[in-house]
Amino acid sequence: MNLTEHLPALQVVVPMLMAPLVVLMRIRGLPWAVATATSLMAFAIAVGLTDTVIDSYSATYEMGSWRAPYGIELHVTRFSALLLLIVTGASTLALVTGRQSIDAEIEHDRQPLFYAAWLLALAGFTGIVVTGDAFNIFVFMEIASLASYVLIAAGSDRRVLPAVFKYLIMGTIGATFYLIGVGLIYMMTGTLNLADMEARIHEVGELRPILVAAGFITLGLALKAAVFPLHAWLPLSYTYAPHIVTAFLAACSTKVALFVLLRFDFLVFQQNLSAHELQFTIFLMPLAVLAILIASGVAVFERNLKGLLAYSSLAQVGYILLGASLVSVPGLTAALMHMFNHALAKGALFLAVACLGMRFTQLNLVNLSGVARQMPWTMAAFVLAGLSLIGVPGTAGFISKWLLISAALQEGALGVALVAIIVVSSLMAVVYIWRVIELAYFGDPPESTRPVSEAPGWMLVGTWVAALMNIYYGVNPALPISLAGGAAASLLQHLP
Amino acid sequence: MELFGLFNYWAFAIVLMTGFYAVITKGNLIKKLIGLSIFQSAVFLLYITMDKVDGGTAPIVQKGVTDQVFSNPLPQVLILTAIVVGISTTAMGLAIVVRIKECYGTIEEHEVQNLDRDS
Repeated sequence: MNLTEHLPALQVVVPMLMAPLVVLMRIRGLPWAVATATSLMAFAIAVGLTDTVIDSYSATYEMGSWRAPYGIELHVTRFSALLLLIVTGASTLALVTGRQSIDAEIEHDRQPLFYAAWLLALAGFTGIVVTGDAFNIFVFMEIASLASYVLIAAGSDRRVLPAVFKYLIMGTIGATFYLIGVGLIYMMTGTLNLADMEARIHEVGELRPILVAAGFITLGLALKAAVFPLHAWLPLSYTYAPHIVTAFLAACSTKVALFVLLRFDFLVFQQNLSAHELQFTIFLMPLAVLAILIASGVAVFERNLKGLLAYSSLAQVGYILLGASLVSVPGLTAALMHMFNHALAKGALFLAVACLGMRFTQLNLVNLSGVARQMPWTMAAFVLAGLSLIGVPGTAGFISKWLLISAALQEGALGVALVAIIVVSSLMAVVYIWRVIELAYFGDPPESTRPVSEAPGWMLVGTWVAALMNIYYGVNPALPISLAGGAAASLLQHLP
Repeated sequence: MELFGLFNYWAFAIVLMTGFYAVITKGNLIKKLIGLSIFQSAVFLLYITMDKVDGGTAPIVQKGVTDQVFSNPLPQVLILTAIVVGISTTAMGLAIVVRIKECYGTIEEHEVQNLDRDS
């Protein structure tokens, strides 16, 4: 038995077992150090798994040596590897960078609980991604969600509380819908293993319960993924959460839900329900387009910096969904690439926001007037990541938008309309990022306030690492493209 | 009696929608959470119903008995997990409501919104 075989299980087990230990650590700084080390280890495991799936396509692990479909099977594909890199990478970078920001926002005696919740969220997200069992996904989804509620509710502004309550209600409804869908499928097929499910639905005579299940599962996961118009929980939660929590969750939480959505729709339902790909397109493409246009429009007029970026996140969910709803290999590749690139851009932007948060208690745009003169390094990183979000050539954002446009152009007349929408919304992104840049660089500092100093050096280092990764993966996108391309091909392999 | 045979499923749908209705229409945050709990219990009923086999008993193997019919134990195990998840969610929700009460002095949704608008 060598260690590599156990990596899929360790990916989840390591953060999950460390979480209760962190609660017990009362020495200042120790919870942070242990949580960061754990997250780093999870990242190393994710890199190891990525290495495995690039060589041998997929890695499976039978929990407790119970053979699938009777036992729970962990199944790591290239798609999972891409998500694992996003989740563990975002968590690690946020923790390494954000110690001072967390110290500033969360009281010392609550920190062990905070870091424990963080590790549970990490275990939940990675669990959703590695498991091959439908009910297991539900359990991990709830672990991740409950931990996220705790993390978000740690914000210091009281407005975070109604926001997180709304998130809790909507998130629970989404998870329950998912559970109903899984129950209906289990009723008809007698299996919970995703791969087994796909084969057994063929043998089911009456397909109506499966169709209902597809509806419940798609809707429930769309709620979790903040697909327009089910996004109401996201903007306020992200706005008032602690800055570092926003950086972590914005980079991965909606994408993990989209991961499950795509896996169910493409692997389980697509080849079993007649014309499902058409239904998928008809339902989700208009929602994607609306999300892109409306969320970008709201971001243009938003007054709070974090709110602006949160609405921009909603628009990015729209891009990912738009690529997926083309139901073609190039479209899905673009969607998966955008998951990766958006995580890079939004992670870097929110880390820059955390740097600003060290010096400002209110992050309304008016307060930030002229800030670039006092915090040049922070704002330069913000601009770099902002360019990637817009999709300027040379940055990571450009790669996925380019892939998305070329995928759309293969769809004929509809594709041209979609390209127009993508271009218009990219221009809107220029507008809302420019609003921040214009104020920060060309605005005059409010006279009443005392001058602020640059953010702590260590946080700047982390933010700049994130910002420069946008450039690196803009110039050298081979790794994410090979993962996304392989994942897209395997998602669509059953379609004619 | 096709209709009556599906009694449990009707009950599932009605309980589900009762809970959902409460979540959507009630302004009191505690009532919302009660609605959410009812909503989740309905799903427990769905799972418990589907595992019932006509004439089946608890799945315990006895010596010398070979023709015993068992109910499916798996959905029961699943729903045990789901009940735990439901309890944690409710506890988390109540904890948030307590903090909302501390910070805003009210647990009515529209009053909380009004207080935020004023500040």
